[in-house]
Amino acid sequence: MTASTFLTAQGVGVRLADRAVLHDISLALSSGHLVALVGPNGAGKTTLLRALAGLVPSDGSVHVGGEALSALPLRERARRFAYLPQGHIVHWPLPARDIVALGRYPHGATDPARLTAKDSEAVLRAMQAADVVDLGERRVTELSGGERSRVALARVFAVEAPVILADEPTSSLDPRHQLDIMKTLRAAADKGTLVIVVTHDLGLAARFADIVLVLSGGRLVSQGAATEALSEQVMADVFRIQAYRTEYQREAVIVPWAEI
Amino acid sequence: MSVQNVMATVDAASRRRAGVMSALVVVVVLLLLASLGIGPVRLSPWTVVDALFGGGSDVQQVIVREIRLPRTILGFAIGAMLGLSGAALQGLLRNPLAAPSLFGAPQSAAFGAVLIIALGLADVRSYALPVAAIVAAFVSVFVLLAIAGRNAGLLILILAGLAISSLAGAATALVMNLSSNPFVVLEIAFWLLGSLEDRSFRHVTLALPFIAAGAVILLSQRNAFRTLSLGEETAQSLGVDVARLRLLVISGVALGVGGAVAVSGTIGFIGLVAPHLMRPLIGYDPARLMIPSALTGSALLLAADIAVRIIPSTSDIKVGVLTSIIGVPFFLYLIMRERRALGAGVA
Repeated sequence: MTASTFLTAQGVGVRLADRAVLHDISLALSSGHLVALVGPNGAGKTTLLRALAGLVPSDGSVHVGGEALSALPLRERARRFAYLPQGHIVHWPLPARDIVALGRYPHGATDPARLTAKDSEAVLRAMQAADVVDLGERRVTELSGGERSRVALARVFAVEAPVILADEPTSSLDPRHQLDIMKTLRAAADKGTLVIVVTHDLGLAARFADIVLVLSGGRLVSQGAATEALSEQVMADVFRIQAYRTEYQREAVIVPWAEI
Repeated sequence: MSVQNVMATVDAASRRRAGVMSALVVVVVLLLLASLGIGPVRLSPWTVVDALFGGGSDVQQVIVREIRLPRTILGFAIGAMLGLSGAALQGLLRNPLAAPSLFGAPQSAAFGAVLIIALGLADVRSYALPVAAIVAAFVSVFVLLAIAGRNAGLLILILAGLAISSLAGAATALVMNLSSNPFVVLEIAFWLLGSLEDRSFRHVTLALPFIAAGAVILLSQRNAFRTLSLGEETAQSLGVDVARLRLLVISGVALGVGGAVAVSGTIGFIGLVAPHLMRPLIGYDPARLMIPSALTGSALLLAADIAVRIIPSTSDIKVGVLTSIIGVPFFLYLIMRERRALGAGVA
């Protein structure tokens, strides 16, 4: 365990409806890293994110900032993990600003109309980081997919948690918005946040992540820098594909090329 | 854009909400005065206020303070509770078609109370009645949410609600069917229609503590409903104990609806209608809808209860019948509007 390790999991296993979804996952992740969590459909990526945040009951132990997750009350967990689920569902047409302000809920700011100066500043910072300041008064249901995902991201930033867990934040976005979201998350990591991103896009994972975790059948089968974690062997065994690999502007490029 | 600018637009929105709230308070106060003034003996608002505070003739005092005041208090409190329950259930389930009466809560509460009456277990004016109604309402909402599951769609909720209210109706019918005393049956039948007529302060003390407790529980949870706008999992990740919230909402609704039904019979659809009337004025924020919905519920029930006294008819119309006659077409209109969400919008 290095000095900068912030989040560790030891022997984490999850059973859902009597089926083992995750087996014996152990990992140690550092602040300031962007971690990509990849794997085929049904590998348990979302379940792992949920287990790390304590949203599903799990075996084993998770420690965050040196404290056992199981010993933390719900509100304390909420301050340490900012969780961005898939799909960015919003059930009511609320103004974007109120959605972002919900990120301050774990800090006791339960009413967006009565924020303290500290909370207002956090909301504004988050809206600036995700570039949604101009969307504040618009109803989220009236926004485009790209705008809505940026608002969802701003809500997550507003928590100002040391760990961000994002489940497929780029799915169903056009390439420009995908890059936009990944760059914003990369910037958050560069400021010291541990960012864990579930993605199916191996290209984005290779390009932006410091560490890539590969899940297959509920087990962690490979981890490390993108080029090592996504070796030809792993691509063949886990994804059953062959990838085109190169380098562009000194960054790794991995493009899925052919099924095996 | 600065913090000040962001906050300025928030101020504008809250000023508009404050305006709507003041207007609602004025409407409710006027309806309270009208409810105290209207009946076989019509009294002017001044006479009403005078009699309320010990002025006027003895007859006027008796009419206002002993005959009409309990009825008016119940109309206000029950209407508010129904509006609040509707807003709370819609917030919990993130669903504009959620309401106690669609989930069979009042029907089940009525069954609980009818059982007590028919079995002759307790006097109609004892606390056994609201307690039985509350227990039955709690069981019905609990079962409904258990059947519907965590992320229930509209269709499942409404089908399950239909099943539960049918079951409660059938069980009530069975009790009446088996009852050997025709007078009891007739009394139950009329009571089921829902009315505030001839209620005394005994009824007020019977219902009000439960209604107040239910309202306090529901209001205390209002900010959690806002986080639920993002779904249960995200609400949980923001530190909301969703399982506990569900239980609290079920308890609050059961206490309020059970307490109300025990003294008024079943009065439906106010919980469904009130939040809908407020959304265009207040916005969709489920937390901010709570108090305006409660005031709207009060206004609706007070107005309906005044209407049944004014509408000329050979026998008196029950207020529960009137709210359903107006509420059900409104429900049909909502179904039409939500057609796509119900999965029938293909054509």
